[in-house]
Amino acid sequence: MPFAPPSGTIRVRFFARYAELVGRAEAAVSVPLPATVGDVVRRVREQLPGACDIPERPLTAVNLRHVKLDASVRDGDEVALLPPIAGG
Amino acid sequence: MTYLTRDPIALDALLAEVSSPARGGTCAFLGTVRNGPDEAGVTAIEYSAYDVMVEAELERITAEARERCPGAGVAVRHRLGMIPVGEASIAIVAAASHRAQAFEACRYVIEEVKRRVPVWKKELRADGSAVWVDASGHPTTSPPAHV
Repeated sequence: MPFAPPSGTIRVRFFARYAELVGRAEAAVSVPLPATVGDVVRRVREQLPGACDIPERPLTAVNLRHVKLDASVRDGDEVALLPPIAGG
Repeated sequence: MTYLTRDPIALDALLAEVSSPARGGTCAFLGTVRNGPDEAGVTAIEYSAYDVMVEAELERITAEARERCPGAGVAVRHRLGMIPVGEASIAIVAAASHRAQAFEACRYVIEEVKRRVPVWKKELRADGSAVWVDASGHPTTSPPAHV
């Protein structure tokens, strides 16, 4: 049997202008593991219509914490792509 | 604890949360929707958020403020939805034994909110247009740099 690398399903969340660009609030994205947040962003930008207008290096969070793009992701993680923060 | 509301912020409720006989200094900060000379006829701002992360991040930020200023009490509300010019989008109240810690805790919370709390705003303008803006009120059409 050919070797199949393990893959994980990541729940990706979109907000504000990014949600308008892709026309949705979330998507399930499959990535070969091990993978980083940057891999998830790349896959989103390649696969989802409208997502190519999201920056290559957006602000990101995994499971409600800010992370950099080299942070690793696991099956079942929630990755959020965050437009520039404007709270307060 | 919920730090988010869709109603006008009641400052009295926040003051009551942190009031204590041992706290002699109280500092309150209100951030209000602005239509100044740098804005293009703003009538209101629509605030949206990654609600669960806002709650988690504000829990961490207020805990950090209390660590920096032992004995201080900190209360925060961020309003979401359509907020007209002149009404508050955020209120922070910090109380401590002395004024220096109250000012420090209050300042720490608002600066970290600006940096970390995932809230976004869309300016609604008198000409009928609506524009996503960053923390400084500039349109967010150009790609942002990663932190």
